[in-house]
Amino acid sequence: MLTYAINRAIQFALSLLVASVVVFALMSLLPGNAAQVALGTNATPEAVAALEAQYGLDRPPVIRYFDWVGGMLGGDFGTSYVTGAEITPVIIDSVQVTAILVIAAIVLSILIAVPLGTFAALGQRNWIGVTISAASQVGIAIPNFLAAIILVIVFSLRLGWFPSQGWMAPVEGFGGFVLRLVLPVVSLALVQAAILTRYVRSAVLDVMREDFIRTARAKGLTKTRALFVHGLRNAAIPVITVAGVQLATLLVGAVIIEQIFVLPGIGSELVRAVANRDLVAVQGIVMVLVLLVLIINLIVDILVPVVDPRIRNAA
Amino acid sequence: MAENLLEVRDLTITPSGADAAVLHDVSLNLEPGERVGLIGESGSGKSLTAQSVMGLLPEELHAEGRVHLQGHHGNLLEANEKTLASLRSDIVSMVFQEPMSALNPLMRIGDQIAEVLRIHGKIPRAQIPARVKELLEDVRMPDPDSARFAYPHQMSGGQRQRVMLAIALANSPKLLICDEPTTALDVTVQRHMLDLIAERVSAVEAGLLFITHDLAVVAGVCDRVIVMYRGRIVETGTVTEIFTDPQHEYTRGLLASSDLEATDGNGRLFTLKTALAYTGPQTSAGEDTPDPVGTETVEADDPAGGNIAVDDVGEAASARDSAPLIEVADVTRVFKGRGLFGRRRSDVTALDGIDFSVAAGERLGIVGESGSGKSTLLGILSGLDRPTTGHVRVGDIRVEAASSRSLRALRENLQIVFQDPFASLDPRMRVADIVAEPLIAAGVEKDERIARVEEMLEAVDLDARSLRRYPHQFSGGQRQRISIARALVTRPQILVADEPVSALDVSVRAQVLNLLTDLVEDYALTLLFVSHDLGVVQHLCSQIIVMKDGRIVESGATEDIYANPRQEYTRRLIAATPSLTDALGASG
Repeated sequence: MLTYAINRAIQFALSLLVASVVVFALMSLLPGNAAQVALGTNATPEAVAALEAQYGLDRPPVIRYFDWVGGMLGGDFGTSYVTGAEITPVIIDSVQVTAILVIAAIVLSILIAVPLGTFAALGQRNWIGVTISAASQVGIAIPNFLAAIILVIVFSLRLGWFPSQGWMAPVEGFGGFVLRLVLPVVSLALVQAAILTRYVRSAVLDVMREDFIRTARAKGLTKTRALFVHGLRNAAIPVITVAGVQLATLLVGAVIIEQIFVLPGIGSELVRAVANRDLVAVQGIVMVLVLLVLIINLIVDILVPVVDPRIRNAA
Repeated sequence: MAENLLEVRDLTITPSGADAAVLHDVSLNLEPGERVGLIGESGSGKSLTAQSVMGLLPEELHAEGRVHLQGHHGNLLEANEKTLASLRSDIVSMVFQEPMSALNPLMRIGDQIAEVLRIHGKIPRAQIPARVKELLEDVRMPDPDSARFAYPHQMSGGQRQRVMLAIALANSPKLLICDEPTTALDVTVQRHMLDLIAERVSAVEAGLLFITHDLAVVAGVCDRVIVMYRGRIVETGTVTEIFTDPQHEYTRGLLASSDLEATDGNGRLFTLKTALAYTGPQTSAGEDTPDPVGTETVEADDPAGGNIAVDDVGEAASARDSAPLIEVADVTRVFKGRGLFGRRRSDVTALDGIDFSVAAGERLGIVGESGSGKSTLLGILSGLDRPTTGHVRVGDIRVEAASSRSLRALRENLQIVFQDPFASLDPRMRVADIVAEPLIAAGVEKDERIARVEEMLEAVDLDARSLRRYPHQFSGGQRQRISIARALVTRPQILVADEPVSALDVSVRAQVLNLLTDLVEDYALTLLFVSHDLGVVQHLCSQIIVMKDGRIVESGATEDIYANPRQEYTRRLIAATPSLTDALGASG
């Protein structure tokens, strides 16, 4: 198990390294000179050269790459050519917002999907199961920005229960923080919950057909108890993998939701940086997103053998 | 008269939405402590009967009739799930066929045994760990102390089945139902398991309902036998009665086709159709069994199919010296334990110094328990895998160094029939396309393809209408015929059969074996027959290789090895193979 964890950690580091090379190369390959972009089309060649020298853009790409990576390892994502501000604090602030949003959304979608999926499987042939299946099918078809707009119209504009946009840090007022979080989290979570419900349903159906469930019933458990005692943990294995992939999708989905609800998350920062042609910020933010996705994968990879002794032994 | 332990009256089972019942008016009794065998082929309704008693019938099946169990008042068929659950493993327990999947893979063995004790609460919680250990000792689990902490995947099939037995008997039930408990196990393990079941059932003084399709198995374990056929009970009697004087036509057929030591006038096994001529198992302890194997008769009949067919074993030996068709020299196959970043795990030696040759026209049986290297050897022979060291020659192709082109030529010349008739045919292809596929790969023209496919289907006794059908429309035996047709359509010299009948019912087994015998003769095939069933190998093969742990421990002519096995391992294998004659001798 320890070897397995170490191997996964090394894989993680390697993936990160490759990602950093790719991100850096893509940004360097983009047409246009960063200093030129920062100073505008009317800038004189001398001013551009001066700015390049100031930011070190006249150095060879390899040196710039190592400079950038070295900075990030020390927690420094560099300085924006556009605004001249440090990027690190911006990233740290915005990542927190996005993390809260995404984690709340995945937790909510698991809380919705696991019981619904299980009921849908148990009531496979009655109206409860059919209703849940149909509802989840509709849920999958709705893009989350549409869900967001509908939720805003109903719960914010009509009923006035929740604010339609904005962010409040927990320290400024916990009630306000939660209130502003409800609609973005729900609109992210609903679609994911619909997808996850279908996976939970099919995982539970598969597990109910397993021989060991029959054994559990032969031991004296009722069908339902056999499912809860022996089935759900087995059904969790495929669901964990799917939930991990979904978490990564949520990060991307958050970019749009943050725009709609005007949340100062990393998605909003990314959109702003792209709009401003702030290459350094884009590089840094993309790397942070890559890092987060890899961390999620690492957690899933370590979680599966914790649940499943067969994989633990193979590892 | 003592109250019956189990009483089933007029049990009829109908699938919901269907008119026709799958089980018709089944009635049976079990007295306390009695051991009854329930026999029949797949689909005869024996498992459905057992599931009705356990209250484990699938929801889409509707049961009518009455089931009474000592210790419960009222009809079990009308009891709710909660009542039934409280009876299961308390009064009636069950051991299932498939040990590999019957245990929860995420739970330690000890916890799974403890659970059944906890559910019924017959002993105080504090005593449960000690009782679990005791139960593991009772089923002769090696090292019960550490076995408690093992997960199912760390155990062999036989060990898992022991765990199942420990669970089933933990609360000393009055009735134990075993549904084909040894069908998935190796022969030697099967023998131990049967003895263990008999012993433990006596120890807890339980009744036994033993479900199987294998007559030889049931004879050693049960006092009385109930024979089922197409959802009905057709015959009941003591083991001796059923075996020596079967009344029903089906029982006679089943008995005849189970007996691999008896052959009809043509040297073929008896089938349901030819069973009339069958005279019953030879109870006289058979040193000189009449027509022991039938190999010589068969090969003497051989139409001299060119220079390939060899008439008897002696000539086969001399032919081997000149030009064996297959030559395997000092073959080793080591699977490297691979870890990420060069971290090495211990290597596994699947084959170790394998040396043998097969003359053209020879019929070689390869025998051994699971894990002995049989499948690895077949993989290498057919060019699907390469040996780590050593040489393999099939025809004029050097397999270990063959190019992909000569490997394709090899596969045309050497065809395989696999074990599982259900999984080895593509469910979305028509039979005509399945059988034609090897010909397409070989680049045969369309008209000739159609002609050859039709000829092949006729050879395996399937009618022309089968061509347009899909695999799921056929029974297990018919599918195995399709597999054989597919294998022989390229007119190979060599046919490799990997446990081709071990998934089939006995009656179907005899038909498929007869078909193989016919085809081997007609097409002058060289046959490599892999099996764990020594009875089948004895019937079909002229030469035998016995494998254990990746080595050949013994080889030679079939008769010699059966008459005079030199190795302890071979003796154990032979002794463990259930045969009607032995079983009857033991019970009678």
